[in-house]
Amino acid sequence: MQFPMQIRISYYAVLREQRGLDEENLLVESADLRELYLRLEKAYGFSLSQKQICPAVNDEFCAWERPLLPGDHVVFIPPVAGG
Amino acid sequence: MADQLFFLSARPLEMAPPFALPPSLGALVTFDGVVRDNNMGKPVVRLEYTAYPALAEREGTRILREAIARFTLLAACCVHRTGVLEVGEVAVKVWAAAAHRGEAFAACQAIIDQVKERVPIWKRETYSDGEQTWVTCQHAGPPASP
Repeated sequence: MQFPMQIRISYYAVLREQRGLDEENLLVESADLRELYLRLEKAYGFSLSQKQICPAVNDEFCAWERPLLPGDHVVFIPPVAGG
Repeated sequence: MADQLFFLSARPLEMAPPFALPPSLGALVTFDGVVRDNNMGKPVVRLEYTAYPALAEREGTRILREAIARFTLLAACCVHRTGVLEVGEVAVKVWAAAAHRGEAFAACQAIIDQVKERVPIWKRETYSDGEQTWVTCQHAGPPASP
């Protein structure tokens, strides 16, 4: 894998509010989803810990272990509250 | 996903079941989830639902397919609101159609329980003192293993 690679990230609910953006393109230095969340959490002061988040890539839930690929669309899903 | 069974709607949910009722139908259970005027002891004046549409429709449709198989339903559907809702408005509707009432009641309950647990929809409540908060006390979001 060539780094940095570009991915797209969308924010929802409390993370959208805390980031102040719906979505953005990011250049990432590693293919590790967990590392990406921790970096964003620190940079933007996210109030949710990584344990409260469920990752999704390309409109499907996925494991934290899934490696990122160029062009991936990432969403870090906060605890859901439908119904 | 072909044959979508879970839908998001930005408009009020005032509709009949969105599927044809077959002659073998013996029971149709409908659930309406309604915006309540309080939550955890705080007076709620309105709330706002926001969704991740692509994944909400996929995961919701998976929930309905699982219920159709598990409870031998004739048909099932769920529609969830997005946007700002006032107290008394319908936030979510579930329909479960079966040959007999037992399956229809059980399926309707299972569907709404799973929707609340698995579908990426979020709720921001506004209280009578003007305070707003994202409701995050329920579930972590990931799907249960099939």
